[in-house]
Amino acid sequence: MTALLEVSNLHVEFDTYGGIVKALRGVDFCVDAGQTLAIVGESGSGKSVAMQSVTGLIPMPPGRITAGSAKLRGKEFLGQRRLDGKTICGDEIGMIFQDAMSSLNPTMRIGDQIAETLEVHRGYSRAKAFNRAIELLELVRIPEAARRARQYPFEFSGGMLQRVMIATAIACKPSLLIADEPTTALDVTIQAQILDLLQSLQKETGMAIVLITHDLSVVARMADRVAVMYAGQIVESGSVEDIFYRSAHPYTLGLKLAMPSHSGGEDHRLRPIPGSPPDMFSPPAGCAYCERCDRAMRVCQSDNPPIFSVDKGHLSRCWQQHPQHIAPSDGLYKGTPAQIVEVSV
Amino acid sequence: MSELIRLDKLTRFFDMGRGKRVHAVDSVSFSIAEGETLGLVGESGSGKSTLGKTLLGLYDKTAGSVMYKGEELPAHYRPRDFLRMANVMQMIFQDPYASLNPRMTVGEIIAEGLRLTPDMQTGDARVRVTAALERVGLHAAHASRYPHEFSGGQRQRIGIARALIMEPEFVVCDEPISALDASVQAQVVNLLNDLKTSMGLTMLFIAHDLSMVRYISDRMAVMYLGSVMEIGKAADVYFQPRHPYTQILIASNPEPDPGREKQRLSTPIKGEIPSPVNVPAGCRFASRCPKVMPVCREKTPELLPLVNEERLVACHLYTELITPAS
Repeated sequence: MTALLEVSNLHVEFDTYGGIVKALRGVDFCVDAGQTLAIVGESGSGKSVAMQSVTGLIPMPPGRITAGSAKLRGKEFLGQRRLDGKTICGDEIGMIFQDAMSSLNPTMRIGDQIAETLEVHRGYSRAKAFNRAIELLELVRIPEAARRARQYPFEFSGGMLQRVMIATAIACKPSLLIADEPTTALDVTIQAQILDLLQSLQKETGMAIVLITHDLSVVARMADRVAVMYAGQIVESGSVEDIFYRSAHPYTLGLKLAMPSHSGGEDHRLRPIPGSPPDMFSPPAGCAYCERCDRAMRVCQSDNPPIFSVDKGHLSRCWQQHPQHIAPSDGLYKGTPAQIVEVSV
Repeated sequence: MSELIRLDKLTRFFDMGRGKRVHAVDSVSFSIAEGETLGLVGESGSGKSTLGKTLLGLYDKTAGSVMYKGEELPAHYRPRDFLRMANVMQMIFQDPYASLNPRMTVGEIIAEGLRLTPDMQTGDARVRVTAALERVGLHAAHASRYPHEFSGGQRQRIGIARALIMEPEFVVCDEPISALDASVQAQVVNLLNDLKTSMGLTMLFIAHDLSMVRYISDRMAVMYLGSVMEIGKAADVYFQPRHPYTQILIASNPEPDPGREKQRLSTPIKGEIPSPVNVPAGCRFASRCPKVMPVCREKTPELLPLVNEERLVACHLYTELITPAS
């Protein structure tokens, strides 16, 4: 079965006054139809750039895709606006962002903004598009949709605006929804509502979701598969159980230990990851995480690790997974026998 | 442990004109013991930050009082009140980008409070700044740099150094970790915990991250629309919430454990926090409460202690369980 979206070896750079920022340094992932992939990482790790370069939303210049490919149902589309007569962004892929208030036009009525999508992409008439917009508002559980469609963004709360964004994004029934930190600005109760809504829309429409987030709890709740990003590379990927219960990269394990435990009983002291992520103007020659890693070896300083297969579908970019390395058993999962699947360049 | 701070029916309204009033903080009473960390959680718009700022005198009090070691603090702070209290109470702000003046060096930012102290020599100030920087894990050489040269976590350390150079007894931390990445959050939380032990600080820790508040706090208070709904030992409130609002808040908080998340029931709460303008009579949570009773819409429940528990709840469901006033 071909994956819905398959991205491989994606390299993206940005020209800045300070020099060239190597934002993505060889990113591979794929999403199957109806599945949720969570891309998790700290700010600056490249998780948003990865999805924005796929959908053609990074400004070029200063941005530049230097290598890589992106395929939708097996067909290459990277750098193109349209594929088989459909626009990539809008028809095939819908997107929602963190800050709904600034993503919507404050001078347009809510209904008109949703309708605009349908007028542009589907050629609907004004009236037909507006009526469909009201149906979409009902679909995202906004009460009194017909009245609300005639209101402006300032009359909506943050949670309601996020629902409007979702309605706009799914207006053309995309096969993939990219949700870039959709609940970061929201309270937990509203976050729970929005996550519920995304899950039930996914069940109804069968769309795939790529969820970009920094919050491991949201990942645990939503994801089927997870890709952990660090300094422009995916350092570990696997099923959500692999990532949480069998972490095979020290960074993933570090993120988990930096959080307070959620069960009762005695608390462990939080174990923060020391230091901060590397300078992306001149990424290190070796592993980008080795400065902060408590298991770093000599090889980590000099050579960027290849991707090792830990188990089926579970990959880790860490020398600890080398078949000839016997890892100490202090929390880091080691597959047996691990295999090199890709040598990095 | 002796009581350091006591709020008695502390109230702060904002007049919006045309007879509209925002009930940001409405009759909040609790006390904080010396050396204790009290966590304060609630949705945005629940009045947590306003409470912190009113407590410190950054906002005037509409009604009620704040007692510090038995002394009532003024309702309206004059400049000399601020000067005097600066040695006692300090604040750490949420946004490490907006709360540092980009035109001042880190040394100037941290020493600003000291400059207000009469007969402070420049040399002494420099020594104190160096000590403050080292205490928060930065280096003396950082004093001559500007805020833009630092990462978010380092800036938050600068904000902490600025607050602690006055050697306060009490610090209000207003969402000090919300703007930081997970790995850096833990660094700052550990730093605050260490400083609390070494300097004997008392803290009011305001945040919306329930798990982190539970971790750092001794006791935890839950606010909704300007009122405290429940207050008790952090672990009790988190693991056995009593108030229906606390129960919903905890149930909405996702955990980093896919196994537990898969079993989670769907969202138990509908709707959003109502406007704090001209709040209706009765319980503030009545409009969203799944266990609402007729009495809730008529009578405002008081925050009262439960029998055999170190906890106070403002809910009519527990009328039977309330400790009779002695």
